[in-house]
Amino acid sequence: MIREQLAKRRQSIRRVVALTRKETWQILRDPSAIAIGVILPLLMLILFGYGLSFDIKNLPVAVVVEHSSEDTTSAVSALRLSRYFVVHPAGTMADAEVMMSKQKVHAILRFPPNFSRDVAKGDATLLVAVNATDANTARIASTYVKGAISTWQARDAKDGSPMPEMPNVAIENRMWFNDANQSQWFLVPGVIVLVMTLIGALLTSLVIAREWERGTFEALFATPVRPGEILLSKTIPYFVMGMIGLALSVIGSQLLFGVPLRGSLWLLVVVSSLYLLVALGIGLVISSVTKSQFLANQITFLVTFLPATMLSGFIFDIRSMPVGPQVVTQIFPARYFVSSLQTLFLAGDVWAVIIPDAAVLALMATVLMAIAIKSTRKRIE
Amino acid sequence: MIDSFYRIFALIRKELLAILKDPKSRVTVFVPPILQCLIFGYAASYDLNHVPYVVLDRDHSGASRALIATIDRNGAFDRVATLQKTSEIPDQITEKRAAVAVVIDRDFERQLMAGKTAKIQVIADGRNTNTAGTAQGYLNTITADFAKKWRDENGFSEKPGVQVITRAWYNPNLETRWNMIPSLIGTITMMMTMILTAMSVAREREAGTFEQLLVTPYRPYEIMIGKALPSMLVGLIQATSILLVAQLWFRIPFAGSYFVLYLNLIEFLAASVGIGLFISSISKNMQQAMIGSVIVMMPFMLMSGLTTPIMNMPDVLQYLTYLNPLRYAISMTRQIYLEAAGISQLLPEMLALLAIAAVTLPIAAWMFRNRLA
Repeated sequence: MIREQLAKRRQSIRRVVALTRKETWQILRDPSAIAIGVILPLLMLILFGYGLSFDIKNLPVAVVVEHSSEDTTSAVSALRLSRYFVVHPAGTMADAEVMMSKQKVHAILRFPPNFSRDVAKGDATLLVAVNATDANTARIASTYVKGAISTWQARDAKDGSPMPEMPNVAIENRMWFNDANQSQWFLVPGVIVLVMTLIGALLTSLVIAREWERGTFEALFATPVRPGEILLSKTIPYFVMGMIGLALSVIGSQLLFGVPLRGSLWLLVVVSSLYLLVALGIGLVISSVTKSQFLANQITFLVTFLPATMLSGFIFDIRSMPVGPQVVTQIFPARYFVSSLQTLFLAGDVWAVIIPDAAVLALMATVLMAIAIKSTRKRIE
Repeated sequence: MIDSFYRIFALIRKELLAILKDPKSRVTVFVPPILQCLIFGYAASYDLNHVPYVVLDRDHSGASRALIATIDRNGAFDRVATLQKTSEIPDQITEKRAAVAVVIDRDFERQLMAGKTAKIQVIADGRNTNTAGTAQGYLNTITADFAKKWRDENGFSEKPGVQVITRAWYNPNLETRWNMIPSLIGTITMMMTMILTAMSVAREREAGTFEQLLVTPYRPYEIMIGKALPSMLVGLIQATSILLVAQLWFRIPFAGSYFVLYLNLIEFLAASVGIGLFISSISKNMQQAMIGSVIVMMPFMLMSGLTTPIMNMPDVLQYLTYLNPLRYAISMTRQIYLEAAGISQLLPEMLALLAIAAVTLPIAAWMFRNRLA
């Protein structure tokens, strides 16, 4: 009796190994799979690391001086010296408006004719127009202009007596976990979540849908292979690929940007494995429901990739969203993974954050895998 | 010539049928753009709203309470706890209960009364560097306003200094949504049409029907047009639905001309479809077409000015964005939608898109014939 069971188990393992080997060969034969596993993580690291920056520098501004004086000259040269602005002198306001509409400048600074006199009197105005078709940049730009002007006024303005000290509030800013305010440090989790999503969900859903399309799944059903074994042999190679993607992202982020990994490596691997299982589960379920590569691709893109980019909190902070979208983010696994990744990389093993996240991911993985096994039952329609 | 028209027309009809006859496929083509637009319209914003913060008031004075009240009133921050000891801060931040901690020093009011600079400390959770930076910026403005009001109320007459009066053109309330949603017109339609085109050719290749198409009297450019136009049509319908959501749901006023917008959209869609066809022409199967589209789409999206401005990028990357059709699409939709730009203002974008379409479409047509090994 026991021997019989052992023999059965051994056969089962043999079947899984054989199928896994076939699947692996299939991956290795198609260069595009390597592209998504190896090239994509590196490409994204570079683009995220060097390309995405919220730090404004060299903002082109037009400066209109309607009556030149010592004050306007020194104010303009103060702006020139600031690393935030590139000053383009404009003769008249009309000229400046043309420059703005041609997108040559993003803001116009206008010194009114009696600026100098008013500075001496103490109630001068500087008019600033910002092109708010990019609201975020416009807001930052206007803050920087205010800063530059008040610095200039404190130092160089010819307004008679120096200003006496006034009651004021100074802020001492500290940024925990990322003292140097490096945006690359917070974007790396984004790279990992996207790579895992693409490999786990998108690639897997396509590959399995292809088997349905071609009828090779039905052919497999005619063999002694059980549904669980089929699914296992399909997930193992993509799981390994996802882990390679993770390794590349972690190593790359350390070498290129010095992103610290303050939490423990094993925990990172555990959480990533959970998310990868969820992604694989989504891929398996979608492909066995649609049974068409085209549809599987469209739907997977919609329910995994886009939420992973926009609703996961790696670019747009979930805490700032209205309640409705905040609830929507809870349906998608990406937010739990991103939250854990950000914590593991920059803060360390914070159990209060990681245990709830990991629990949700584990639950999602279990449910999805159960649905996947159920829908891969040997049934031919 | 007439024959050619008939042939192209037949192919277009067949393509549209392939997309529209299956209800599942119909839904996946037309519903997602609207859903995405709605969700991203609410989610994709850098503005802070109700971000949880904690405060540690060591001064317990009228001034410190007034400052806390000013922060509470602002709307950007929600006070989730009032702490008693410094040692409580780490847990609040590390366990993500609060994103920001504000610490008011013991002699806050005394310093202000003495006409000196009082100190507060702001600790932000740098795991989301962007939120942390923005929160610090908001708090700077809030405390500056507070200080000014305090001076006024406590009889510190000051010389007003240079007043900077800022006017935000084209988007008076500086709402991120106003630039995000018009940008989605280009982003969503590009993503959908590029993949649609690449996959439709790859599907035929896998099924073997593409080879059959090549042995018919169709010329390569006719196949190219027959594949490109249906995708462009789908793209235009998607763009229209996003435009409707933007105006009817989000009430973002459309300042420009529809004629100019659609003219530019057609050009942009031709360029995107051209890239999709090019990818499909070098892909053997749907897997390759899908991965190819993702690998191309990803840099296009990140380097388009959608999430972060192009001028912040290093020069090398800025030059590379000139090859990116989405960059022009986002810039032109914002200009048309918000600035009411006319054709003369948009000439650079239009020429660039035309150039991209004029390169990718013929190459794809040529590849159809010559790649068949």
